[in-house]
Amino acid sequence: MALFALRRLLLSIPLLIGITFVSYVVISLAPGGPLDFLTPEDPNASPEVKERLVKEFGLDRPIHVQYWHWLKRAVRLDFGRSFLPDGRPVLSKIGERLPVTLFLNIIELAIIVGLAVPIGVLSATRQHSLYDKITTVFVFVGFATPDFWLALLLMILFGVQLGWLPISGLRSLNWEYLTFWQQQWDFFSHLVLPIVVATFGGLAGFSRYMRQSMLEVVRQDYVQTARAKGLTERVVISKHALRNALLPVVTILALALPGLIGGSVIIESIFAIPGMGQLMVQSVFSRDYPVVMGNLVIVASLTLVANLVADITYGLVDPRIRFGGRRGRRSRRPGGRGAGRCASSGARSPTTSSRCAGARWSASSCSWPCSRPRWLRGTPTGPTPATSSTRRRAATGSAPIPSGGTCSPGCSTARGSRSRWASCRSASRPRSGCCWGRRPATTAGWWTTW
Amino acid sequence: MATRRARVRALLVWAAGLGLATACNGPIESRTDESVAAGPPAYGDTFIQASIGDIGGLIPSLTSDQSSHEVGGLIYDGLVKQDKDLNLAPAMAQSWTYSPNCLELTFKLRHDVKWHDDYPFTADDVVFTYEAMINPKTPAPFKEGFLLVKEAKALDPYTVQIRYDKPYARAVETWSSTMLPKHLLQSFADAGTMRESPQNSQPVGTGPYRFQEWKPGEKVVLLANPDYYEGRPYLSRIVYRVIPSQATIFLELKANGVDYVSSLTGIQYKRQTEYPAFRKAYHKFRYPGGDYTFLGFNLKDPRFADPRVRQAFAHAIDKRELIDGVRLGLATEANGPMRPGTWAYTDDVKRYEYDPAKAKALLAEAGWKDRDGDGVVKDRDGKPFTLTIRTNQGNDERKKIAEIVQQRLKEIGIQADIQLIEWAAFIKEFIKPRRFEVVVLGLGTGSDPDQYVVWHSSQRGPDQMNRTGYANEEVDRLLEAGRASCVQKERVHYYRRIQEILAEDLPMIFLFYRDSLPAVAARIHGVNPAPAGILYNFEKWYVPKAQQRYTSG
Repeated sequence: MALFALRRLLLSIPLLIGITFVSYVVISLAPGGPLDFLTPEDPNASPEVKERLVKEFGLDRPIHVQYWHWLKRAVRLDFGRSFLPDGRPVLSKIGERLPVTLFLNIIELAIIVGLAVPIGVLSATRQHSLYDKITTVFVFVGFATPDFWLALLLMILFGVQLGWLPISGLRSLNWEYLTFWQQQWDFFSHLVLPIVVATFGGLAGFSRYMRQSMLEVVRQDYVQTARAKGLTERVVISKHALRNALLPVVTILALALPGLIGGSVIIESIFAIPGMGQLMVQSVFSRDYPVVMGNLVIVASLTLVANLVADITYGLVDPRIRFGGRRGRRSRRPGGRGAGRCASSGARSPTTSSRCAGARWSASSCSWPCSRPRWLRGTPTGPTPATSSTRRRAATGSAPIPSGGTCSPGCSTARGSRSRWASCRSASRPRSGCCWGRRPATTAGWWTTW
Repeated sequence: MATRRARVRALLVWAAGLGLATACNGPIESRTDESVAAGPPAYGDTFIQASIGDIGGLIPSLTSDQSSHEVGGLIYDGLVKQDKDLNLAPAMAQSWTYSPNCLELTFKLRHDVKWHDDYPFTADDVVFTYEAMINPKTPAPFKEGFLLVKEAKALDPYTVQIRYDKPYARAVETWSSTMLPKHLLQSFADAGTMRESPQNSQPVGTGPYRFQEWKPGEKVVLLANPDYYEGRPYLSRIVYRVIPSQATIFLELKANGVDYVSSLTGIQYKRQTEYPAFRKAYHKFRYPGGDYTFLGFNLKDPRFADPRVRQAFAHAIDKRELIDGVRLGLATEANGPMRPGTWAYTDDVKRYEYDPAKAKALLAEAGWKDRDGDGVVKDRDGKPFTLTIRTNQGNDERKKIAEIVQQRLKEIGIQADIQLIEWAAFIKEFIKPRRFEVVVLGLGTGSDPDQYVVWHSSQRGPDQMNRTGYANEEVDRLLEAGRASCVQKERVHYYRRIQEILAEDLPMIFLFYRDSLPAVAARIHGVNPAPAGILYNFEKWYVPKAQQRYTSG
């Protein structure tokens, strides 16, 4: 794992350089330059001033030279100073905007996840019910509602008509004169509208995602088996199905990382919140190259890190990926054949795999795939994994599904009690593990660009 | 503040979008529901102003954006300022005198002016400001006026003498510029690092307000300067809130969250603010601004080189219709490039009434006739008259103008397309290389009528301001003469003649001057609309004790 992470990190470096280079070229090619905004269309702005500034900013050199100079400083984390008349260092400009955006987005994301999971699960388990239909409508309304429009409506209602909430900004202008608790309340009341608006759209998409993922999982054989064993529906859903359905959430969470930094231009502009989104847009409009590039490096690095984190955490929660490499190598050896076979049916049921490898999720039904009736084992249900569509590529690349299969001894004997399960775990991990297929083609391959 | 604003506007900016208007002697109107019995002037209260953009920096000489100059105008002062009638008046200079040949200008400074850090303001600061501005290392966008100065020297601590090589009509106006503190900036100016100096984040000026704090992207806070040489301003605290959305600013206004907006839109002025609660909370004002909107021709295009075609366009366009349709009537018809009400203005020029028949006749005279009855005029070779009206994206008014004009041109058999282009690309790809046929744009007027850079034939280069490519020998001569004199009585004749010729030649069709439509909270008293607008006496605005809303400050 460490090696994998290291390799990925090293590979990120040329990628990052590529991203910044392309960005630098593109922003330089955009019509107009920083000087058109510093020295506007104005007869009193002398061309001599422009030339002077062009020299000072180094814009008279060819683009690749400019980029090289930028890169040399950037590797020392020196992003230079803004071209704007305030001439402040890029990092301090970003630094003062980052906390606000980060704070807002983390709260927003937490609320989205907290609400979307139950909404999605409920509407999946009650598919076609009235509740499901209502949430479906809600979701499409959420998708279709433009942020700014909703924001304005809420501002008119709560800010102007009812006067309950402040319209814009993060603090009242008399903030310094408030007591501590008044300040908290003041801050909170300023946050309500932006967070509600930002959450609404995200909630819609995310809950839909959750629903889809859950729907796929509850159709899996192992869920059926869990039911067949007589487990209550609640246990089946919350213990067996939900944990698997949540796997894509991990991906989404990790991939939301760059979004946390990027901020939302529309929300920030409408609510007059001085965050990163605004900074980025303003710097693009004023062709403030150093700030644009500084921002870009941060967001691009975070995207790359987020991808890596997504893959690693995915491996952590989904052992098929974590142990895939080892298992794969083994199964290709003659001795590993049996285990590989067993895994083949299990490959489609991560619950099983995690049960065997992680041993934390649901010990009581550890090795059911191995003990399935032969007819069931023999009929693969298709290559769709228990995960949602984003992971589909991973899984389709993962394991061919041989029919039939035998169980690894360690696992099949582990059925039943906890103590025996423990032995299953200890036996399965080093030796073969009952429930594993071949490693996904490459753990990284499904997502990132290489 | 009035000085600074006026100065920014005085620059002939091709206004990118927002109206940056001030005033003139046209109809001045203030709409209020009731006039509260004004108590006596009192100190205190906070004045909250919404600003759509953040300030660029706190040394206004280095910035070119409106917000920086507004805030800077309160922190700094110039030697002269614009009074309510748009004339130059003393500020930090008590008086000024010209030598008879217009080459020497002498300022007598006030003795009681102090920087906010208690240093006295002297002639040395003036000379320093001049030297800093002409220093090639100083990235000041507007230094042209200073570059024409031959020499500036301090005769004594309170007398400055400026000498010019040749008479410069706008000499005094140059000195309405921000004065900079020598004791704080000398080393930075010499090193060319003024942008990075503490002055740019913690400014020390001589103006009515002292700098308190700047939270980038959020707000700028200023406090009244108790030692201001014209007396402490009444309003104790000024907060510039940065609200990047026009819609949000308006909602804040409706919720009484801001005390002042510089310009309502037409529909806001006419409809959305016409309810009792708003009229009780705010006073609305209306006065003609200083920017005009025009339809410009590319005179290098052989079709538009023919004055009859340009006149045909003028007769095809109904300015009243444009004003009513685009500005809801909130604009003043324009017939020339001089701001109505200023001393150089004349309305005794040729006008072109809306008359499509006459327009068609003029086109026919120029060889453009509908030869096959399909409604489109063609030249002798059967080539139809088609063109593209271009303007910048994001300015709804200009877009609507283009649409109305398109319709009107169709009536006289001209087929026009409309193209909207992002501002930077528009300037670079179309305006500068003069790759356009007809454009809709705006132009600002200054307090001085000198428009050499816009109309002189030497100013037709790609980076110069004579965008239409206009050249007329007589206008050239008049512009040169007008520029070289400091005697207003002589200059009047030159500029009136220029207006007559321009109305005849029509290098562009002058459409209208937009009205400025500010709204000020009703609790603020002392607001007196004048030709220069309302902000010229900002220091004298006050809130009577009983109506003060914010205790802080």
